Amino acid sequence: MSWVLVMPIAVPFATAVVAYLARNYPAGRWISLAGSGLSLVVSAVLMVAVLNEGVIAAQMSNWNAPFGITLVADYLSAVMVVITAITGLATAIYALGEIPEKTERLGFYALFQVLIAGVTGAFLTGDLFNLYVWFEVMLIASFSLLVIGGGKDRLDAGIKYVALNLVSTLIFLSGIGLLYGVTGTLNMADLRQAVAQAENQGLITVIAMMFMVGFGVKAAVFPLFFWLPASYHTPYFAISAVFAGLLTKVGVYALMRMFTLVFVGDVGFTHEILLWVSVLTMFTGVIGAAAQSDFRKILSFHIISQIGYMTLGLALFTPLALVGGVFYLVHHIIVKANLFFVAGLAQQYAGSTDLNRIGGLYKSAPLLAALFIIPAFSLAGFPPLSGFWAKYLIVKAALEIDAWFIAFVSLLVGLLTIFSMTKIWGMAFWKPHPDGIYQTPDRAPARVTRAMIIPIAGLAAMTIVIGFYPEPFVQFATTAAAQLLDPTDYVTTVLGVQP
Amino acid sequence: MLSRRRPELEALTAIVIGVLTAAAVYLMLARNFMRFLFGLILLSNAVNLTIFASGRMTKGAPALVPYGADAPVSVVGNALPQALVLTAIVIGFGLLAFALALAFEGYRRMQTVDTDEMRFAEPKEDATK
Repeated sequence: MSWVLVMPIAVPFATAVVAYLARNYPAGRWISLAGSGLSLVVSAVLMVAVLNEGVIAAQMSNWNAPFGITLVADYLSAVMVVITAITGLATAIYALGEIPEKTERLGFYALFQVLIAGVTGAFLTGDLFNLYVWFEVMLIASFSLLVIGGGKDRLDAGIKYVALNLVSTLIFLSGIGLLYGVTGTLNMADLRQAVAQAENQGLITVIAMMFMVGFGVKAAVFPLFFWLPASYHTPYFAISAVFAGLLTKVGVYALMRMFTLVFVGDVGFTHEILLWVSVLTMFTGVIGAAAQSDFRKILSFHIISQIGYMTLGLALFTPLALVGGVFYLVHHIIVKANLFFVAGLAQQYAGSTDLNRIGGLYKSAPLLAALFIIPAFSLAGFPPLSGFWAKYLIVKAALEIDAWFIAFVSLLVGLLTIFSMTKIWGMAFWKPHPDGIYQTPDRAPARVTRAMIIPIAGLAAMTIVIGFYPEPFVQFATTAAAQLLDPTDYVTTVLGVQP
Repeated sequence: MLSRRRPELEALTAIVIGVLTAAAVYLMLARNFMRFLFGLILLSNAVNLTIFASGRMTKGAPALVPYGADAPVSVVGNALPQALVLTAIVIGFGLLAFALALAFEGYRRMQTVDTDEMRFAEPKEDATK
């Protein structure tokens, strides 16, 4: 069984090696594309295995849990792996159009595949220290991708991003050390029992807060998000799309995993803090976006705002809220990556992402305008797109436990999101281009735009499918949330499996 | 097999960790990015010591299994924290090497290590719009 769990990690790593060797040839980019396609296939195999058999686990190197490293996939892990592969494939196609040859020679595709491998590993591991290692794999690749191609703004952004992420990593690592000191184990399933039986529950809560801060920085929650709007608008669009789609979500996933599986001893304290953090995250993010006038900066602040909804799903800690949180996670990755893709193509057509310096895209690129509308309105939560169902589940969960104020804030943030999206729509698409030029053909050759429009259209189609046919996705999220709230299967599968 | 605890060593390590952390926080509050990185290096060492100490300080032989046996025959130290610290040191070394290279390249291009003056990604006029 173990190869099913290993392949989604091994394929991107293998692709990275081959793509690095072929970095000086055009073959490099096709190897990356083929590798991403293969990743999607092996992720789908994993998904089918999880759907058929429930939670699956494998012990690496035949060391039994809790001593060795365990790879484990439940519904949440499986769907995150699949969505990572989908985003990876979309980015690999998009990069064919955007990434210049000079950057390819620096090993762009190898770094990109390592990033995907790191993200996938973080979703599949069942060992806390191994999770740290996957975070680092992901981080070092993201550092390099952020500054690749040079330029003062990228270096500046890189310094801020690197500094704050390294601090959060150290907080996370010391949390691991202390948790090991208290419980004597690092296997997450084993930790559930060990933490519940620990004598000093006050110390456990302190450690839980260290994890919340460490993961909170990665997930960009209030007040730990400052690295995100400082950096996400500088790299290549393909990179900011994959960052926006996946990286913060690894933080959210880690929060969801640890605060449903391990740290559930003092829900009244830890999850209450997370609740107000989520409300403030939603609100400050959307207000920050309203003050910006750059396509990508607006989108960056909206990442923060949307992260608030996902952590809200976790913080409310009811079955329905977690269903909403899981659904939101998946919906958001598709929509947000797509919006960054759109921003990149808008720059190709109009010459900039500064909304004051562009315009007329509705006339010069009508197809792009139509494809922008879908993720933009999905982000704001318009029916019948995927974002509507995600927001509906969260708000309904809040109303079920009479949390009127929280439901009100989440609806208000949705309204303000529409404000930002109409601002982009009005300034980039409707108003005439300030220079009077609608399109500079040499800036956007057909080969480039074709590679860039395919992933945009594909992700938009997924948004529509989830929107019009949400039933199986909600069913899936319901099972995933049930597994999170009652991880008996998870624990017995991890600790019971013989190699 | 458990071995004898050494509480006095644990207390000493705790003090060392505290001093390292205090120095690290002091350095990291500086606007100078190089000072920040030096602080980060100290903090990463403090964290490594924390992991090491969380395995308990004991008096014991190295965790080696004699040939032919299935388990250590004598009292041995806890080997797991050492494995964790070794991994953390290697990873931390790589990340810090990258950060130092980034700081150097940043200084070469931007002609400053003062984080207040690094306003290329977020120019000041943005704030007033």
